[in-house]
Amino acid sequence: MASFNKLIDHNKHMSILLFGVMAVLFAFFGASLGAYWGGDWLTGVIIAVAVAGLYFFISWRFGASIILASSGAKEISHEEAPQLWNTVEELSIAGGMPMPKVYLIEDEAMNAFATGRDPQHAAVAITRGLLDKLNREELQGVMAHEMSHVRNYDIRFSMLMAVMVGSIVLLADVVRRSIFYSSLGGRRRSRDSRGGGQAQAVLAIVAVILSIVAPLLASLIQLAVSRQREYLADASAVELTRNPAGLISALKKLTADTTELKGASQGMQHLYIVNPLLKKKKGKDSLFSTHPALSSRIERLEGLMGASA
Amino acid sequence: MENILYILLGLLAAAVLYAVYIYNSLVRKKAHADNGWSQIDVQLKRRYDLIPNLVETVKAYATHEREIFERIAALRSASLAAATIEETAPLQNQLTGALKSLLAVSENYPDLKANRNFLALQEELASTENKIAFARQYYNDAVKEYNIAIAVFPNNLISGKLGYGPRPLWAVDDASERNAVDVSFR
Repeated sequence: MASFNKLIDHNKHMSILLFGVMAVLFAFFGASLGAYWGGDWLTGVIIAVAVAGLYFFISWRFGASIILASSGAKEISHEEAPQLWNTVEELSIAGGMPMPKVYLIEDEAMNAFATGRDPQHAAVAITRGLLDKLNREELQGVMAHEMSHVRNYDIRFSMLMAVMVGSIVLLADVVRRSIFYSSLGGRRRSRDSRGGGQAQAVLAIVAVILSIVAPLLASLIQLAVSRQREYLADASAVELTRNPAGLISALKKLTADTTELKGASQGMQHLYIVNPLLKKKKGKDSLFSTHPALSSRIERLEGLMGASA
Repeated sequence: MENILYILLGLLAAAVLYAVYIYNSLVRKKAHADNGWSQIDVQLKRRYDLIPNLVETVKAYATHEREIFERIAALRSASLAAATIEETAPLQNQLTGALKSLLAVSENYPDLKANRNFLALQEELASTENKIAFARQYYNDAVKEYNIAIAVFPNNLISGKLGYGPRPLWAVDDASERNAVDVSFR
């Protein structure tokens, strides 16, 4: 399975690059805020880290429940959907991992997602529409994709990433506003002597430009990594089930679907197996999509099928 | 003279530590394999429990398929009695085949196919077959790791003395049995 290892490697490289760039951006914003307000860049960095830490803790502890609640998912037992439950249990045996909680979303749209901080605290959710329209083999393929997100720790990674991007957006906003207001409304930094004025102006301009560009850049990286992780989850789903046909035919059914998922929002779109926001689902790969085009995913899976046969 | 003594003592200590390390890793790998085996066992047990219900339900509609019922009953009790993997595995594979033909027979009885109880049993059986297959997959991976660990040098110097022998893989003699009892409707 050479192609499978290549996917994992690519994924790892992207992750390291991502966290590197984000950390640098983060430190810069913290430092420039500190320098601008109190003349002490280190305090700025420390406050920025503290804010991000709090944000992180809340997402870590309550993130999964918030996501499940806002998507309108209800936890189910074996009796309510035996086939779904059985499929998930089969896959947790195949992967040697604990059984996640199973959720159902009463919506005619076709979609599914996984969340949680680790395999011990994971949940998989599927819409009624998708559950009704898939046969057993296809359902197994889709759930294997979600279970792979759990097994590969994608659910934790995407949460961390959302926190980092969120913190950068927040900090960038604070930087932009504080510099903007202070330059309009007189001298906030009155104790400054003339000597530092010029360097300061340059720093302010750089900070303003960065605070506009950085959130965009951060989200673009987030989207790129999210796209790669979809490919990886597709590939590991096949590793679990040893059967690409199920997922391929499920993705083909998803291609034909035209119902929009009501509970989905911009902030959660990257979690789902296909983009729930219809306008973004169609069309080719672009920098701004959370998922690769379904046609590319099917193509790659068919490649894996060729390699294993 | 004293230096040589210290060097020898040091080498001895290193050798002992290394042996302990090997021993621990063997214990761990054996535990993984045991765990994989008990997972298969759990699923096989579930299948034994399902069989009587399934047979009873089918019997009510298809009274004269006696031959299959008897074969399944015989295989079931034989595999319950078997202890080692070498004995169990072929019996289990035959049982899978027999259940497959039972479900194939039931295709001929439209009333039976529409029976809710039968449909539920069929789903549970299909799932159990899948779980057995996946548990085997997991067990075989664990056994492969374990067998490699006891056979490589220098592990093989101590594994034999400690009674860590190679374990058999659970072989599937018919490749098509991976997809055994594929009974999806919908």
